[in-house]
Amino acid sequence: MTLLEVRDLVTDIGSARVVDGVSFRVAAGETYALLGESGCGKSMTALSLMRLLPDGGRVSSGAVELGGADVLGLPEREMRHVRGGQMAMIFQEPMLALNPVIRVGEQIGEALALHQNLAGQPARDAARALLDAVGVPDAARRLDTYPFELSGGLRQRVMIAMALAGQPRLLIADEPTTALDVTIQAQVLDVLRRLKDERQMGMLLITHDLGVVAENADRVGVMYAGELVEEGARDIFFAAPQHPYSRMLFEALPRPGDSGRLTTIPGQVPPLDGAMRGCRFAPRCPSAVARCRDEAPGWQTINGQQVRCHLAGTLPASNARAFAAHAHPTHAAQVLLQVDGLKVHFPIRRGFLQRTVGHVRAVDDVSLDIRAGRTLALVGESGCGKTTVGKALLRLIEPTAGSIVLGGETITAKNAPAMRRQAQMVFQDPFSSLNPRMRVADILLEGMDALGVGAASQRREAVMQLLNRVGLPDDAGGRYPHAFSGGQRQRIAIARALAVSPRLVICDEPTSALDVSVQAQILNLLKDLQDSLGLAYLFITHNLSVVDYLAHDVAVMYLGRIVEYGAAADVLRAPRHPYTLALVSAVPRIEAQSGPGIIRLAGDQPSPLNPPDGCHFNPRCPYASEICRQTYPDRTDLGNGHWVRCHWVAAQA
Amino acid sequence: MSAAFNFMPVILWTDALIFALLAAVLVLVWLIRRQEHLRAPWRGVAQRPMAMGAALVLSVFVVIGLLDSLHYRAKLPDSPADAPQYSVEVLSVFDALVEGLRTRQEKTYSAPLAMQLYAKEFVQREGVTVRDYPRLQHGGAHLAHADERLPDIAGRALAGAAQGALAGLLVFAGLAVWQARRSQVSVGTWLAAWRGGRLGWPARTVVLMVTAMLMLGGALMQLAAGYHVFGTDKVGQDVLYISLKSIRTGLVIGTLTTLVTLPLAIGFGIAAGYFRGWVDDVIQYIYTVLNSIPGVLLIAAMILIVQVYIESNAALFDTAAARADIRLLALCLIMGVTSWTGLARLLRGESLKLRTLDYVEAARAFGVSHARIISRHIFPNVFHLVLIAMVLDFSGLVLAEAVLSYVGVGVDPSMYSWGNMINGARLELAREPVVWWQLVAAFAFMFTLVLAANLFADGVRDAFDPRLGGRL
Repeated sequence: MTLLEVRDLVTDIGSARVVDGVSFRVAAGETYALLGESGCGKSMTALSLMRLLPDGGRVSSGAVELGGADVLGLPEREMRHVRGGQMAMIFQEPMLALNPVIRVGEQIGEALALHQNLAGQPARDAARALLDAVGVPDAARRLDTYPFELSGGLRQRVMIAMALAGQPRLLIADEPTTALDVTIQAQVLDVLRRLKDERQMGMLLITHDLGVVAENADRVGVMYAGELVEEGARDIFFAAPQHPYSRMLFEALPRPGDSGRLTTIPGQVPPLDGAMRGCRFAPRCPSAVARCRDEAPGWQTINGQQVRCHLAGTLPASNARAFAAHAHPTHAAQVLLQVDGLKVHFPIRRGFLQRTVGHVRAVDDVSLDIRAGRTLALVGESGCGKTTVGKALLRLIEPTAGSIVLGGETITAKNAPAMRRQAQMVFQDPFSSLNPRMRVADILLEGMDALGVGAASQRREAVMQLLNRVGLPDDAGGRYPHAFSGGQRQRIAIARALAVSPRLVICDEPTSALDVSVQAQILNLLKDLQDSLGLAYLFITHNLSVVDYLAHDVAVMYLGRIVEYGAAADVLRAPRHPYTLALVSAVPRIEAQSGPGIIRLAGDQPSPLNPPDGCHFNPRCPYASEICRQTYPDRTDLGNGHWVRCHWVAAQA
Repeated sequence: MSAAFNFMPVILWTDALIFALLAAVLVLVWLIRRQEHLRAPWRGVAQRPMAMGAALVLSVFVVIGLLDSLHYRAKLPDSPADAPQYSVEVLSVFDALVEGLRTRQEKTYSAPLAMQLYAKEFVQREGVTVRDYPRLQHGGAHLAHADERLPDIAGRALAGAAQGALAGLLVFAGLAVWQARRSQVSVGTWLAAWRGGRLGWPARTVVLMVTAMLMLGGALMQLAAGYHVFGTDKVGQDVLYISLKSIRTGLVIGTLTTLVTLPLAIGFGIAAGYFRGWVDDVIQYIYTVLNSIPGVLLIAAMILIVQVYIESNAALFDTAAARADIRLLALCLIMGVTSWTGLARLLRGESLKLRTLDYVEAARAFGVSHARIISRHIFPNVFHLVLIAMVLDFSGLVLAEAVLSYVGVGVDPSMYSWGNMINGARLELAREPVVWWQLVAAFAFMFTLVLAANLFADGVRDAFDPRLGGRL
């Protein structure tokens, strides 16, 4: 039974046509995934359905039918009952979508009062039942908490509970797990899947993550530049994507066991306010022919899949990825960075005299070493202290204890300038890491000027070389950062770090703010730079597929401590620590899951202010025993430099 | 050496500061012109019609203010040549230019464009003493009969506007010929481009604005020659003259006070936000303490101190103008000292946010010094706040002056200022019939100045905001 039918939806915002002729159907009990990069019109499609477009936006033509009723023709009064009552939406950022000064129970009660006319004790009971349904533990108590008291995963569940309060028939989930950690993402996606089956809801899932689509969707629509370009059932789509754009999205993903170059999609999504001619993807398509540039392709059906491409069906089944063997110096490289017993404790001050009453142990006894020309990935969920490690290494945060030896020299507060020439950092958000009031050339010159690298007269020359090296045009130096896209900005940030010719670059989630195709470009660039300059990377990330692609060694962090350490192949293929096992299995995969069953972790990471006794992981660990609650485990060596800190593994060995 | 002239230049303290400020601005302009990337946003400002219109209005105010800041004392006509003696009255170049306005005094109040006083008096008319409105000595003195007044006013206004329009046309013709020759096109082509708005700068707005201002100026000049355009005040002084003289006071208070405020606010605000820790504590205590003292109290105390100082050092201040001037300067200083806290608090908050941003961390990772981080990363990113605060303060200060004059701790009562005019209007509004024109004149001038400043600042802010990408 078709629940939602969208026909030829066209939405304009000002002069930009953000959604152009989109048609699809969602059946009850089915999950339809809209997939695409940012700026392709996915969210605008959802907002058009809800009639919640931003100022200046309007649906120009097309029809939206929900259970046979025309949604676009309803007066605003009745539309208010449709929103929440018939279709509900959950947003990407749960902190922004919940009112921070109203208790969770009241916020859910508001929706219940509106759609089910419940008040008082019945409403409270209904709210508790909803929280139970979305898997919030201790639901009765949570009703009286404020949103800031809840963790990200719980907040997103509260959002879902609110969306369910009106018993909607269609649930629109706009990037529901993008802001969450993998283990939490897995929990939230489980909840969504279960609720959809229980209540026979239709679900429109908007995401850029192929893995999430593969695990959750029944049917998939790929959007590009405001248009749907491919649509089909999940299994067929994942087996043989037909549109070149879909294929390139697949190829841009780093996959396990693959050290070749990633396919990148050159260029960017075209601006939507210009006149479109021919196929919208043609300028970025490697197989485009003359016809693609002149004639907009219509729908073709191949194996039950619909695709908008002139060449559909004629393209070779799948481009084999070019395997350029990277010559890695596997051994004999010198140890470049050696960290021993690094601790960063932040004092907590209370009271009138600001007395220290305790410490947040953000980083607690971390030891690691990186050899020249190799990559160590530091993996963990947000809040585990991995960024603090990176900043403490550069003495951007003063470490509390521990020794740092860089290039054979112990780094202290006194010789920090010498260290700064050898180690630099690339930050996560390319928008906040470049000063908007400085031109690119000045940004690149800053480090050279401050550290006195090279003769002053040659620095301008050096800037040109840097820009070339990271693949930016020569005239980029004279422009301000706002003239560049996210990927280009990240290149500028990399060039800035390289300006002082460091030997170690600390990359703090350099691709997490970027689209998949752009992420591939940056990963390729980092790999090329490592090959040509012999750089060592400390790669801080939560994205395990990136780790698999780039890293030689992996350190897994949990609550300020490293719990597993070893060669990337060992740790990711044969994880031993229960936490690593959970992390690896929580990553949504495109391929069917193999190996050990999926481990779903319960609960959230505890606060580093008050870590649990014994092994920090014991409250969430499925294998925890009495000893885990009493003593912190020692290192258990597993050979080949692979070690874990776990009583359970030690008992097995 | 000044004996060779029939005047002696007088440099008051505020004159010196104003011209120092002017020199600083000119040096800054020269520096900005040489740097392409600094010049670009200003070129953006020049492309905004609203900003350019406001700038033209502002420039008229500034020119009047500057002319009014060139002070001198005239030589007494009967003083001997070898030992010249000078008048105790300090005049300015502006006074000399509008000599007529200053000297044509009436007996007391008269309404705008009137030919009679505002109050009845006993007058001798054809030998009989009657109680009637007496004729003014200057306003409308050329008219024989009251019936001629309205046609005469209309005629003068039209003639003045026509003269202004003609002058505007001449200026436009000159501009067209000059611009056409500069860009080596025929005048016709240039005119077509002008009409189509394809010149790259808002030439239409500028030409229309200049013409409108010339027409208004022409009409005012024509009317002012025969009438008191804004009437006269209690002692018969022309209100238009008082309003024009008040421009300098307004500008001095607006600019010099800001000059005192800015270094304090920027220095303390950024230091507190950037360094945090004990620096932040100390600065916060200073401005919390300062904020908890009523500003008026501090200002009154300062004015009293200056008053005492002037009286005990009478030799230093030989003229009334010098005494009024030093009081104005003291007012600027103390207002600056009391009004920096708001901006400092704002900048502290902004710096607190900026210091945690990745680009500041990146600079720290390079070991860039604190001074350099503040000057290159923090300051340019709070500059728009400074700019906005400056203009809002400018308007606020011009208004604060009015309030302080009302309380009696503002500028010297002998000094022309909008505040003093409004203070005077307090009593005039209580009269029956009401004397409204002083208040309206002060309001009109203040409003024009503040509005022009705000519009200009809007244009500047938009042009400097990189997120808008210099879009119009």
